[in-house]
Parts: sequence; structure tokens; C-alpha cells
Amino acid sequence: MTPVRLIGRFALSLMGRIGALTLFVMRGLFGLRPFYPRVFLVQLVQIGWLSLPVVGLTALFTGAALALQIHSGGARFQAGDVVPAIVAIGMVRELGPVLGGLMVAARVASSIAAEIGTMKVTEQIDALVTLSTDPMRWLVTPRLWAAIVTVPCLVAVGDIVGIMGGWLIGTGSLGFNSTTYLSNSWAYLEYWDVVSGLIKGAFFGLIVAASGCWWGMKSGRGAEGVGRATKSAVVAAAIGILAANFVLTGLFFT
Amino acid sequence: MIEVRGLCKEFGPKRVLSGIDLTVRQGESLCILGQSGTGKSVLLRCMLGLESPDSGEILWNGRPLGEDRGMFLGGFGMLFQGAALFDSLPVWKNVAFKLMQRMPAAKARGIAIDKLARVGLSADTADLMPAELSGGMAKRVGLARAIADDPEVIFFDEPTTGLDPIRARRINQLIHDIVQETGATAITITHDMETVRKVARRVLLLQDGAVAWSGLVGDMDAAPQMSEFLGKTGL
Repeated sequence: MTPVRLIGRFALSLMGRIGALTLFVMRGLFGLRPFYPRVFLVQLVQIGWLSLPVVGLTALFTGAALALQIHSGGARFQAGDVVPAIVAIGMVRELGPVLGGLMVAARVASSIAAEIGTMKVTEQIDALVTLSTDPMRWLVTPRLWAAIVTVPCLVAVGDIVGIMGGWLIGTGSLGFNSTTYLSNSWAYLEYWDVVSGLIKGAFFGLIVAASGCWWGMKSGRGAEGVGRATKSAVVAAAIGILAANFVLTGLFFT
Repeated sequence: MIEVRGLCKEFGPKRVLSGIDLTVRQGESLCILGQSGTGKSVLLRCMLGLESPDSGEILWNGRPLGEDRGMFLGGFGMLFQGAALFDSLPVWKNVAFKLMQRMPAAKARGIAIDKLARVGLSADTADLMPAELSGGMAKRVGLARAIADDPEVIFFDEPTTGLDPIRARRINQLIHDIVQETGATAITITHDMETVRKVARRVLLLQDGAVAWSGLVGDMDAAPQMSEFLGKTGL
């Protein structure tokens, strides 16, 4: 087979997959009837509430490390005082959504893919169909919407915890006054900084849940198939988040 | 009455079903026999609408299966080979899953407990999670779920696979009794001759995706195709 044919076959296959994934997400998002509120609430807890510790800890250490980095780097050109503003802007615009999204991807995309994959392998998805229940409505729609709702909330919490991480280091070891640090953090933050981060969070939530559901539904047979689906879900979600972050940042700030 | 006409199904280059014709009358119990890989499960999945046939049609009371899938599935019950219970739901919610779509949870729970009692499980089982059940109990819960909505047609996929002979005998007896009591049409996929003799009125033998023999259970010992199958399975 010639290289041109290989490239052509790859491109066609890629376009086919993107099209199938897009249709899958559209069906999951907009086929709301019947809606299962109890399943949705369970997913709010699973995706949102139970991800709080991991997202909070990630934000805390990132905010603290960022404060140390900015202080030591800024000192080279007598700009050590910008620590509060840079930590706040960096966390809210970029690190909060991206690191929060990646942590949720690691925790949630894997768990969704493993759960749905196992259900597929053990015929539970077939059982849903025979019980007159559409697996898309029961499994996919609640997870997609729960992730879209909860990941921005996690990002908001991560932003606050990250800024507090910087504040802890700033006041504890870098010699900042507590009130000055906090007022400087707020003074340089703009409304759009916060909103853009939350919008990113909603997109990242969609990417995480869609990836988990898609790969779970496509899972192969046996433990190996489920393992491969789980791995693919996490990798796809992580790459999707980074790529979407680049695109959204370009849209929001250029 | 279920009619299957000229059903064909291929997976890639492999032809799994080649022109299957069969008729199951109302209230009849049919066992579909065959060695592994002969297309039994694919035939069952096509009848349930879980696979789309490449050609041919499936009719229930004269209406094509694809016409209103939701309505057809409303009249079907299914016992899966591995029971296929939902891990995240307690036993009673598994049994009442379909019922809860149209009645209050308390009423559905009552019916679920009645159905559990019908398959020999106590009310204490209702709040257990599927992971806490033995293989035989899981099969019974799957059976209770299959009959929960009083279906007109019940499908059984390898109902005794993975069970010891005593539990297998109990499941066969339960299936026999339930089919007799409810008057439901029963279609059972199996390669267990004990199940066939206990449950079936009619037998259909599949070989290489085609019907090799079909007849009454009393005639199968005399059929050369069947004796070959019985010989191969060592019975």
C-alpha cells in the first residue's frame, strides 16, 4: 500500500470516528426524554462531590508552588510583589480549569469507562434494552450533564483553594501581609478571568464524561477490553482537555 | 406467535445465520440447541432486537419486530446467561426495574418481593446487592426480573450454565413451572439436554448457522441429526 493510500485511509477513519463521536455526544446531550433525575443526582455526587478532595489538594499545592516560583523568578527583576496577582490570575484563568479538568479526567473518565465497559461485558447494557430502557438516556445523558454542571463548580473551588495555597506560602514564608496579599489578589482579577475559567470547566467536564461514556460503550470483551477502554478514556480526555484549552484560550483572550 | 423468516446475519466474512425459518406458537416452549458457535445466541439477540439481521424478518403476532421496538420489548422478558443484574442497584430494584417506570416505588417493591418469593427467595434477599448473591441466587433474581412484568414471551439464554447439577435442576423446574403457570411463550437457548427434556415441547437444532432439525421433544431421540448432537455432547 502506498503512503498516500495509508494517509487517506487514516484520514477517512479519523473523520468517521470524529463524526460518530459527535453524533454520540449530541444524542447524549439532547435526547433528554425520559430524564432520570435520581441517576443524575447520583452522578452529581460521584463526579462532583467525591472529586472535591483530589481537586482541592491539587489546587492547594499548585497555588503554593506557583507562589514560590513567582516570588523567586520575580525577584530577578525586582517584581517579587506581583505574587498575589499572578497566582490569582494564573489559577483562575489557566491552572485551576486545566489541572482540575485533568484530575477529574483521571478519576472520572476512568471510572465511567470501567463501569460502562463492565456493564457491556456482563450484558447489563443488553439487559437495559430488554427492560425497555435506552442505555443512552440511562447511562450517558445523566453523566454528561452532571459533568457539565459539576466541573465548573470544582474549578471555582479549585480557584479559591489555589489562591489560598499561595496566600499560605506568601504570608507564612515569603513575608507578605495577609490583608495586602488578599486585596492584591482581588484587585487584579477581572470578571472575565473567572467566567472564562468556569466556561472552560464546563467544556472539560463534557470532554471527560463523553470520553468515559464513549470508550465504555466501545469496550471490547473481557478484562483486557475493559482495561483498554479505561486507558483510552483517560488518555483521550487528557489530550482533549489540553487541546480544548488551547482553542478556548485563543477564543477568549486574543 | 413468533415467526422468523429467512434470517441471515454475517459478522465480517463469517456467516453466522443462514436463512433461519422458525415458528413458535403462543404458549409453546421451544428449545434451541446447538454446539458453541452455531449462532444460537445471535439468533436470540436478533429476536430481541439487540442485533439487526442482514436479511429476513421477525414477526410477533404478524407484526414486524422493527415496527415498534419499545412495544415489543414491553411484552418480552429475558433471563441472561450471567443474570446481568445491575451492580449498582439492590435486588428488589433489579426485579422492579421495568415496573418502576410506570408505578410508585412502594408498589413496585411489593410486586418484586412477590416475584422473588415465586422463585424461592425470601424477602430478606430484596435489599441485598447483586455482589452478595451466589450464582444460583443471581440466576433466580434474573428469573424474577424476567417475569416481573408478566411478559407474553420469555427468553432464556443458557439458564443452567455455570450452576452445579442440583441448582441447575432447580432452575429447570422453576422455568418449567413458571411457563406452565403463566402460559407464556418460552424460547430457551441451551446445550443442556436436561433443560431440553424438562422445559421444551419442541426442539430446534442449529448447525453452522442453519436449522439442522426441528421437531417435538419426544421425537428427538430418533432423529439422526439429534443423535449425532447427543453423541457429541456425550449424553
